[in-house]
Amino acid sequence: MEITPDTHIVFTVAGIAVSATVVWTWVVMALLVALSIAMTRNLTSDFAPSRWQNFLEALIGETRRQIAEVSHHDPGPYLPFIGTLFVFIATSNLLIVFPGYEPPTASLSTTAALALSVLVAVPIYGIAESGLWRYLKNYMEPTVFMLPFNVIGEVSRTIALAVRLYGNAMSGVVLAGILISIAPFLFPVVLKLLDLLIGFIQAYIFSVLAMVYIASALRARRGNAVASADAEASSATKQGNQGA
Amino acid sequence: MEPHVVIAAVSILTAGLTIGIGVIGPSLGEARAAASALEAIARQPDEANTITRTLFVSLAMIESTAIYCFVVSMILIFANPFWNAVLPKAGG
Repeated sequence: MEITPDTHIVFTVAGIAVSATVVWTWVVMALLVALSIAMTRNLTSDFAPSRWQNFLEALIGETRRQIAEVSHHDPGPYLPFIGTLFVFIATSNLLIVFPGYEPPTASLSTTAALALSVLVAVPIYGIAESGLWRYLKNYMEPTVFMLPFNVIGEVSRTIALAVRLYGNAMSGVVLAGILISIAPFLFPVVLKLLDLLIGFIQAYIFSVLAMVYIASALRARRGNAVASADAEASSATKQGNQGA
Repeated sequence: MEPHVVIAAVSILTAGLTIGIGVIGPSLGEARAAASALEAIARQPDEANTITRTLFVSLAMIESTAIYCFVVSMILIFANPFWNAVLPKAGG
């Protein structure tokens, strides 16, 4: 048994081994690009849009709503990044219904690349929103002694993001393999159903966490009034919980 | 005992201990989180959407500790890094 599709070499091009991870990542990418082109070709503003346009509008609208709820910002600038993360991870997790498919998210290389893109996107969005100095000052909150812990936190949450998605996707593949060897046919199918749910939730969680991390970098710009109102609201909820 | 037998035995034992002990904490934590969320939804059904979203995210955060244990035990069993140190010696 293998715990990563990286070791499964599909073919070799000019001495470079192409693993199953790369092949299936490109399959997912090609599928997404082809579907996007096909869906956006006949966009109308009629009262009766096509079913694909309906689906697309529901997807985009819901993504925008979730981003706005998490960040309390205009979702416009974050929609391309967060939406792409969500759609890619969800597609690569949901395609496990096809036999022979190996999800690229079950490889630590893919999830590490996705987490690294979040690590790079956080300062980019933060600096674009509040400027370089205020973004860097964010690391020295509440005191300058917190600087190393903030930096460590930045790195460790990136690793956690990568390992969480990898662990969930990989556990589905490994468990299915083990179950097929000890209890074939029915039980692995039921477990695959659970995997579909878990894969979708993990895609949601990855994109929500990415948005939460970006929003925490944006917080530098929000005024003290908003921050203190937030703190009061959260402490009020805490007291309410304790009182009950 | 041969070194690779020792490594195999220790790895399997440690993998079992890792997942067994490491899952206790997250499972208790997830149970607490789910119970509190249910209580909150029962008290304020209007806020069910927000509570459910927060619950899913926090469950994933709690669960990641168990996932780390799972990854470590899988690495110990299927991709043990110490095999490379022992196998050439044992083989030749």
